[in-house]
Amino acid sequence: MKVGRIIKVSGPLVVAEGMDEANVYDVVKVSENKLIGEIIEMRGDKASIQVYEETTGIGPGEPVYTTGEPLSVELGPGLVTTMFDGIQRPLDAIREVGGDFLTRGIDLPGLDREKKWHFTPTVKVGDEVGPGDVIGTVQETAVVLHKIMVPPGISGRVKSIEEGEFTVVDTVCVLEGDQEYELQMMQKWPVRRGRPYIKKLDPDEPLITGQRVIDTFFPAAKGGTAAVPGPFGSGKTVVQHQLAKWADAEIIVYVGCGERGNEMTDVLMEFPEIKDPRTGESLMNRTILIANTSNMPVAAREASIYTGITIAEYFRDMGYSVAIMADSTSRWAEALREMSGRLEEMPGDEGYPAYLASRAAEFYERAGKVVCLGKDNRVGALTVIGAVSPPGGDISEPVSQATLRIVKVFWGLDSSLAYRRHFPAINWLNSYSLYQNKVDQWMDKNIDPEFSKNRIKAMTLLQEESSLQEIVRLVGRDSLSEGDQLKLEAAKSIREDFLQQNAFHEEDTYTSLNKQNLMLKMVLAFYDEGKRALDNGVYLKEILDLPVREKIARAKFIGEDRVSEIESIIEELKASIDELVSKGGILNA
Amino acid sequence: MLKEYRTVTEVVGPLMLVEGVEGVKFEELVEIELQTGEIRRGRVLEIHEDKALVQLFEGSAGINLKNTKVRFLGRPLELGVSHDMIGRIFDGLGRPIDDGPKIIPEKRMDINGVPMNPVARDYPSEFIQTGVSAIDGLNTLVRGQKLPIFSGSGLPHAELAAQIARQARVLGEGEKFAVVFAAMGITFEEAQFFMDDFTRTGAIDRAVLFINLADDPAIERIATPRMALTCAEYLAYERDMHVLVILTDMTNYAEALRETSAARKEVPGRRGYPGYLYTDLATIYERAGRIKGRPGSITQIPILTMPEDDITHPIPDLTGYITEGQIILSRELHKKGIEPPINVLPSLSRLKDKGIGEGKTREDHADTMNQLFAAYATGKEARELAVILGEAALSDTDKAFAKFAEEFENRYVNQGYNNNRSIIETLDLGWELLKLLPRTELKRIRDVFLEKYLPLETEGVEK
Repeated sequence: MKVGRIIKVSGPLVVAEGMDEANVYDVVKVSENKLIGEIIEMRGDKASIQVYEETTGIGPGEPVYTTGEPLSVELGPGLVTTMFDGIQRPLDAIREVGGDFLTRGIDLPGLDREKKWHFTPTVKVGDEVGPGDVIGTVQETAVVLHKIMVPPGISGRVKSIEEGEFTVVDTVCVLEGDQEYELQMMQKWPVRRGRPYIKKLDPDEPLITGQRVIDTFFPAAKGGTAAVPGPFGSGKTVVQHQLAKWADAEIIVYVGCGERGNEMTDVLMEFPEIKDPRTGESLMNRTILIANTSNMPVAAREASIYTGITIAEYFRDMGYSVAIMADSTSRWAEALREMSGRLEEMPGDEGYPAYLASRAAEFYERAGKVVCLGKDNRVGALTVIGAVSPPGGDISEPVSQATLRIVKVFWGLDSSLAYRRHFPAINWLNSYSLYQNKVDQWMDKNIDPEFSKNRIKAMTLLQEESSLQEIVRLVGRDSLSEGDQLKLEAAKSIREDFLQQNAFHEEDTYTSLNKQNLMLKMVLAFYDEGKRALDNGVYLKEILDLPVREKIARAKFIGEDRVSEIESIIEELKASIDELVSKGGILNA
Repeated sequence: MLKEYRTVTEVVGPLMLVEGVEGVKFEELVEIELQTGEIRRGRVLEIHEDKALVQLFEGSAGINLKNTKVRFLGRPLELGVSHDMIGRIFDGLGRPIDDGPKIIPEKRMDINGVPMNPVARDYPSEFIQTGVSAIDGLNTLVRGQKLPIFSGSGLPHAELAAQIARQARVLGEGEKFAVVFAAMGITFEEAQFFMDDFTRTGAIDRAVLFINLADDPAIERIATPRMALTCAEYLAYERDMHVLVILTDMTNYAEALRETSAARKEVPGRRGYPGYLYTDLATIYERAGRIKGRPGSITQIPILTMPEDDITHPIPDLTGYITEGQIILSRELHKKGIEPPINVLPSLSRLKDKGIGEGKTREDHADTMNQLFAAYATGKEARELAVILGEAALSDTDKAFAKFAEEFENRYVNQGYNNNRSIIETLDLGWELLKLLPRTELKRIRDVFLEKYLPLETEGVEK
């Protein structure tokens, strides 16, 4: 292929001439250092290339080699537990080659070519197989059974297949038909194209996260989309980490997009230590990490979320429930903006390119619950959760707005809640979930027939609290009726004893749906019982001074194995109120 | 022999266009010889065919298009580093200005540094005792962290930074410690304050200073923090030292960046700052950290003044998104005479959870910290309510909280710039203040700690 020649260098943007044979979005190698880049624009024979590595020391006249292939990821055993950079280079292997700092021009394949995996066939010679059919499996980690699938577009009759130890590039199966295909465990897929499936289904099952405010009030659905916008310090990353830890997905892809290096280190050091409550195995065994920290080359940041979602789609195709967290999509948008500026494009809002919203929509639309390719009609789901970092916490900015137009769940983080150390700082007054109705049905069926009723009741109390508080601010609390004061106390109890959840407390960090249901009943029982007492002439002060209230406050620390204790708290509450009522409020009269 | 060009065709603001060049590389260092013989430095920002766009660190005043000679040096801007830099003072481009001998470099390092591989990072978890309660107790600093001070014009950030530099230590250790101080566009007085303080306390013997004053060339400021961090990286990773880097004032740095961006006619992001401000700041802040298997560390305390005390201004905003927390100074507390006037509630240290607790500080640290935060927030709200409705409108509990908030500011936060409190003193003071509250309100503290540190009989308020 023809070799191009650099004519311009401006930061991560390189323009080369003599590139007429290359295609838009082809991967190229820039200069003798072989820096990896991608063509993003062609004008005549001049290609604009975004370079995924630092361009210091590069100048006009140096060569550019095209590979003729689009930016692709390698899919196969070896993905899980690994940390990759934005273009799927394994960072631990890079460290072995290049040391503690990221030196340039290291070209390593995404998957280890040496490592052998035990392949167990699931089809036999003579079977007819088509795209997406599983031909065998590899136990990749203790919890992930990696299904080796026929790549899209290929079909035939199995001519030979064998069990044994293979590397990802060894032929494990030969298909015959119009043409003979040698199948390896590894397949490649271009990152900017969604992987095919048979059809999309409506997401109707909740993605259980163990986070009370999310599961009970603003649930995400398996195969759905959610966004977490919030100013800095409001706990976006903690929310994302909590979801990565506790969400009941079989595979987690965590994309650290332009964020802090130490956060990725945190995940890398913490996840192997945490046990998944469902499998009892280390969380790392289901996690794939993509890291492009804020000081790593900006162009690779743009690619990182595509790399992540393509890997996620691959596992979805195996019929797994996959969740991808992208922290933060604002950095991805900024990378787009930077490249757009260097291409001298006409800017839209705040300098972002005009195609920001359509790019964001394309990304989120790759989520979904789908019937996967393959004869067995297996169903896989891909949930996308994106963090957004709006400047100054103001979500009227373009990235937040572009995101909110697409996603179905909005967890709005609030810095004033964070200042009060109310975590997770999800504002219950402006957050929403459009999966609520479907999830309600699921909850009422699977958890408690009263669940959705209780949820609405609790939310109503919180809404009423906010309007009552305005009155309190004007005229003081004493001017409220005792009934309204009780409402305030009940809402406070919902906030402090239910919504607040300590991510760093061993028991509180994860709450099962069953415990959530009981806790919700408990905080509501306080209001119902309190109201009954007030109606029977008991003074508010007596109700508020009940010692059982301290137990309500500490119920969140009750272990999952002792949740029935919450029921006894409710009983105790009822008994105490009965006692007050029987005295008829004359105690302090 | 380097080629010399006399083909400068344009000088606009801090930028210069040289035509007809050959073999020029991106980010290359440029030497400019004026007709007077004066030598200035610059770096290549963009090359298009045979035209190189050069950023002038020392400004364009006096450059003559015809007679100025330009040489491209074939390497990026480098700093010659050596152990002997400790105790010395340099200008913003790393040239000694203290009349001392020339530094004989042990090696030359590219000031842009190289990003650390995330898998090579070691998670910061060693508690640094700064002796300041509002930091140690509530917004704990750990080794390898980047924790900026968000200040405003006229607030005493310099005093606080000097106090931290003076008092910071890691419990039970005798390791090598150094301070690297970079001043960007600050006044002579402010720089002198730090130098005097360092001299007075002897800290100067373990400090390296890079000084770019307000009347020094503005564009030079873009290089200054990178000079300082390159020096810090050398000391930390090759000399095994624990380095505390103080960068002041990042606002001036960002403004120098905006000046260059404006001169290049780039599409601006918010408030005229370039769209890549986030990425650019990250290449500075992310150079804090630790590396697995290497004993040294870099801890950063950047200082920035928020224009109009506005935390949503792009500079503090983007900084907050990169750094691991922030210490915010409050004008209100400063007016009340609280020293240091740390606004506790919006301040945050993201890495505190890993640096506190049993074996690091004390087992009760996390719980009391959360409780103090929550109680102070409630107390402040109660106080605001009292302002509107009068003290009488408050319930007994609210009164207790209001009193707590008052005492908390006066005793816990207000400790003075010369008071060095140990972490145990800080934690005990926390418990003493919590006594002011009804025990039932201490919801965030585990029972075991309540019983151990606040036995029932010492309770201040009746149940």
